Amino acid sequence: MPNRTPLYEEHVKLNGTIVDFAGWELPVQYTRLIEEHEATRERAGLFDICHMGEFDVKGNNAFEFLQSVLSRDLSALKPGRCMYSTMLNERGGCVDDLFVYMKALDSFMLVVNAANIKKDFDWLEAAARGRGVSLADRSGDTAKLDLQGPQAAAIMRSLCSADLPSRFGFIAADVAGVETLVSRTGYTGEDGFELYCESSRAVALWRAIIEAGSPLGLLPCGLGARDTLRLEAAYSLYGHELSDDISPVEAGLRFAVSATKDYTGSDVIKKQLAKGAPRQSVAFALVERGVPRDGCEVVVSGSPAGRVTSGTFSPTLKKGIGLALLNSPAASIGDSVSVIIRNRPYAAEIVARPFIAYRGGSK
Amino acid sequence: MNAPDELKYSKDHEWVKVEGGSAVVGITDFAQQQLTDVVFVEMPEVGAAAEAGKPIAAVESVKAVSDVYAPVSGEIIEVNDALRDAPELINTDPYGEGWIFKLKMSDPSAAAALMNAEQYKEHAASESH
Repeated sequence: MPNRTPLYEEHVKLNGTIVDFAGWELPVQYTRLIEEHEATRERAGLFDICHMGEFDVKGNNAFEFLQSVLSRDLSALKPGRCMYSTMLNERGGCVDDLFVYMKALDSFMLVVNAANIKKDFDWLEAAARGRGVSLADRSGDTAKLDLQGPQAAAIMRSLCSADLPSRFGFIAADVAGVETLVSRTGYTGEDGFELYCESSRAVALWRAIIEAGSPLGLLPCGLGARDTLRLEAAYSLYGHELSDDISPVEAGLRFAVSATKDYTGSDVIKKQLAKGAPRQSVAFALVERGVPRDGCEVVVSGSPAGRVTSGTFSPTLKKGIGLALLNSPAASIGDSVSVIIRNRPYAAEIVARPFIAYRGGSK
Repeated sequence: MNAPDELKYSKDHEWVKVEGGSAVVGITDFAQQQLTDVVFVEMPEVGAAAEAGKPIAAVESVKAVSDVYAPVSGEIIEVNDALRDAPELINTDPYGEGWIFKLKMSDPSAAAALMNAEQYKEHAASESH
């Protein structure tokens, strides 16, 4: 029996096409994926992300503990700031990628992928043994709604009297009468917010945002648009660009790994930073019409060099785009490669990531 | 759902318009609605042999790819070049401008075995749940 988020009935009322995603019944789209994608790029989109996991990590040793299990140097964190990081196994592969929120010097929240909630919690529990930190899985009673797009801040201002946080900042605030953690983050490449509240208040928050946002062109958006938006922004998706067998260095996430501190997996990561990783994630765009998909082979100079990890038709660029994990030395920007789609080679070019630069500014 | 009476239909949601010994083929209104925005059509080569029930073309939406099966056997004699630049014609006019290919039927009587509009509507309704 798949799980349902507190917003399931809202999705049904909005005629969402419900699919199974990581064991959750969620809308892949409501009307048309492209329309929802464009709404988020041009106005605003609202996404049900309640399936993701939230953990509390508390205690006097919580910071040191997280420094030892997360790949990024967390020294720059302050209360009210959050950061993207990966969590690695001993081989340098990714147990998960996540956001770490510093609520207070001794209190943190981790936001993890839905499919990895149990794996991550078990991993953290084993690592935390004897470390004097307390862990709690809050996923079941925490709702998450993402409000994204150039009109997101205006919509938030109409629902929340507090000063909105700057990028990668967060506040606790009253949003339309709902106690909410308002984080200036997202997964679309647009300005926007990730909003956390009690599951029991999710419907109230969802409805208030739709009511306030609709006059500004906001649309509820499904997982389909979430995927095309994140891929245009070249954000990694666990299970595609990242896995237990892919390191963050290979995935092009050097900013998320420290070259100096010691943490689980750091031996491997430091070696890869110094000598290069066996594989490298690259961005490519088709130069002829077509749609690359996850798993398609990539051919460089006549030889198989790796596979597509995510591919789609970019609604913004109107062409096939994707990320591929290629053997090192991988092709460079500007190189011509072929992507094999249904046994036929399609001409593609290696391009700079992201496909669409972050458009939100810093405020 | 829209399924014109003068056409024949396959269980895989292709429509067939018989013109003497040839057949024009496309995907149905029901199929295009399920796919939503079509962004690419991979068409067969003219001269290719189409075998009834086997994939001969592919229609891609942003989210997914869907094979197009040959509803009858024959030789591809024409493809709709307009779809190369305007694949959305499959959404806007599935039974007209959105046709995909034309084939010369190896057995012109084979189309008679396909579903009529009434049968197809029932078939599609049973799949939409």
